[in-house]
Amino acid sequence: MLTVTLTINDDEQTHTVEPRTLLADLLRDRCGLTGTHLGCEHGACGACTLEVDGKATRSCVVLAAMCEGRSVRTIEGLRDDKIMEVLRRHFHQLHGVQCGFCTPGMLVMARDILRRHRKPTEKIIRHELSGQVCRCTGYANIVAAIGAAGAELDQGASS
Amino acid sequence: MKPAPFDYIRPQGVAEAIAALRQDDKTVSLLAGGQSLLVLLSLRMAPVDLLVDIGRIEELKTVSESATHVFLGAATTHAMIEDGAVPDPSRGLMPRVASAIAYRAIRNHGTIGGSVALADPAADWPACLMALDATVLVRGPAGDRREAVTGFVQGMYTTSLQQGEIILGFDIPRLPAGARWGAAKVTRKSGAFASAMAYVVEGCDGTPARVILGATASRAQPMPATAAYLSQHTAIDETELRAAIGADLDAVDPEADAYQRRNHTATVLRAIREVRA
Repeated sequence: MLTVTLTINDDEQTHTVEPRTLLADLLRDRCGLTGTHLGCEHGACGACTLEVDGKATRSCVVLAAMCEGRSVRTIEGLRDDKIMEVLRRHFHQLHGVQCGFCTPGMLVMARDILRRHRKPTEKIIRHELSGQVCRCTGYANIVAAIGAAGAELDQGASS
Repeated sequence: MKPAPFDYIRPQGVAEAIAALRQDDKTVSLLAGGQSLLVLLSLRMAPVDLLVDIGRIEELKTVSESATHVFLGAATTHAMIEDGAVPDPSRGLMPRVASAIAYRAIRNHGTIGGSVALADPAADWPACLMALDATVLVRGPAGDRREAVTGFVQGMYTTSLQQGEIILGFDIPRLPAGARWGAAKVTRKSGAFASAMAYVVEGCDGTPARVILGATASRAQPMPATAAYLSQHTAIDETELRAAIGADLDAVDPEADAYQRRNHTATVLRAIREVRA
């Protein structure tokens, strides 16, 4: 067993884990943070995407042990985030969600896209979102919601 | 699935990591970004007793540049190359290649050294580094050695790395002003491993062209007949060019079926068109 100290949603915590424990399993099973969804468990679907040290990360292909001293931010920790507030509203209004399984990963990735691309085009959104799988195939509304959120944030920034 | 149990250590430096690799009674694997290895472990396709996490060793993040070369440490991530956070010796080729590797969340952690060490036949960096005539710097128990990436990558998941050796980084010659490149790959889905891949680099000062084919059944390899044709012809006759590509394919991917030969050929032609556009 290993001892890992890491910051989860601004809260420094120490856990004893097996070396093979995935970050996603630590969060879901030990911390009760079930907003991080596990789909494929081998880096293919993007459902478990969250942030490690501010960078979009798939928590099923990172060991908890690798996160010693790192700062992890899950969907729960983005509740009061300004970009996320705008994204949530547009996902709601444009129905960028069906069953909701892919949604936490979609939102985290959408926020990452909007932080790197000011007012992204549909082409950029589709390229950047290509690692997130939605098995309801609701992509059109998700892409539209991110575009709308980007436009609103861009307007807010320039006014 | 979840990985089978293994032990995990995080050495402080390269020497400590090399020492940890020398355990005859265990299957030991280096862990850098983990974006391929952890997938293989979760699918239980790669049995490992001990993971040696080298992801935080500062020496492997060394980046330096001179008038003629850029050195990228093995732990340089795809995202750093994509974002221009490290010097680019390739006049835009490497950032473009990086931006089309898997997905951003993967690129944030996956490393250039890990990609070359794994030597997946369809990986982007082995082929791209061959096209740029890069050299790999390796450290082992016996000291440092250098080798052209073209010789270092020997086959599917096979390199010349010996037990106890670690890739320190890559020395990449700067493309001269006026040099041109072309890159093309075919993927069933954006971000997926490629089914065909070609890189073409042409100098402007009489240096021979380099044409590299990736996504073969074994490893990325040079296409010498195609490169010679390009070096000798400013105007391309497509029939002659296709004949040169066909001759290279016989040697580089002899088991390719008719579809895969067409796939390779179209991809090489697309990269050449970009060079000559």
